[in-house]
Amino acid sequence: MKILLVDDSRTIRNIQKNTLKGMGHTDVLEAADGLEALSVLGGERPDLMLVDWNMPKMDGITLVRKVRENDKAIPIIMVTTEAEKSRVMEALKAGVNNYVVKPFTAETLSEKISQTMSKAAAPA
Amino acid sequence: MDVRFINPFISAVRNVFNTMVQTDVSVGKPSLKTGDMESADVSGVIGLSGDVTGAVVLSFPKLVACKLASAFAGMELDTGHEDFADAIGELANMVAGNAKKDFAGLSVSISLPSVVVGAGHQISQSKTSPQLVIPCQTPLGPFDVEVAMVVAKKPAEAAVGAAS
Repeated sequence: MKILLVDDSRTIRNIQKNTLKGMGHTDVLEAADGLEALSVLGGERPDLMLVDWNMPKMDGITLVRKVRENDKAIPIIMVTTEAEKSRVMEALKAGVNNYVVKPFTAETLSEKISQTMSKAAAPA
Repeated sequence: MDVRFINPFISAVRNVFNTMVQTDVSVGKPSLKTGDMESADVSGVIGLSGDVTGAVVLSFPKLVACKLASAFAGMELDTGHEDFADAIGELANMVAGNAKKDFAGLSVSISLPSVVVGAGHQISQSKTSPQLVIPCQTPLGPFDVEVAMVVAKKPAEAAVGAAS
């Protein structure tokens, strides 16, 4: 399974990579902002995206909307400090499949990833 | 500064350091920052905008910043490491983001983090709001959370605005 991590903090990407490694996922792509992510998506089609909200150049919510213009299926989990209900609703409306609020434990993140992938694999 | 905004920062700093740095934080009595306060060696700064304006600053002595950043990142980070500022900025980001969710009825945006590294610096904030210092103690050493904010829109007005 190929996973694209989009977060302007390399520390957070490293923490996410460690969690993914613990789950047996080592095929990881990285981007530091929405624009960089779109560039990666030009040549790759990951099986899952973890996307931060607040990033320079292009934020996560804009990225999600752009991805959803062409790809309704790719599972996307928003991983962000934005915890207000209104933000969660906005992200769900934009097309994210799941939502993780920072700070997060490795257990929470892996649980949300498993949950999201099971739903994506389930027949419609 | 409205005292109702202090508790969200106390909860946020405990939650963030407990979850991401695996360290407990005991919080001392908040006080107003005066001119003769101690300076810091490392500061993570987040601006607040929207229904409130201001900034949140996490200020550390150098050694404490290195220990906390290392525990957060899971690897040795000193101030010269390319990921050091990133780790400090992300801690400040999570504290500000986590606190603002508890500002009932107010819509607040947070800026991307800025990090200042330099022995004995001070961060000056707008004089329009008193600057509150929340002293924090961890097993890895002490640091301060400094908050200066002005409510631009009262919660009741914000709630009405959100409903329209």
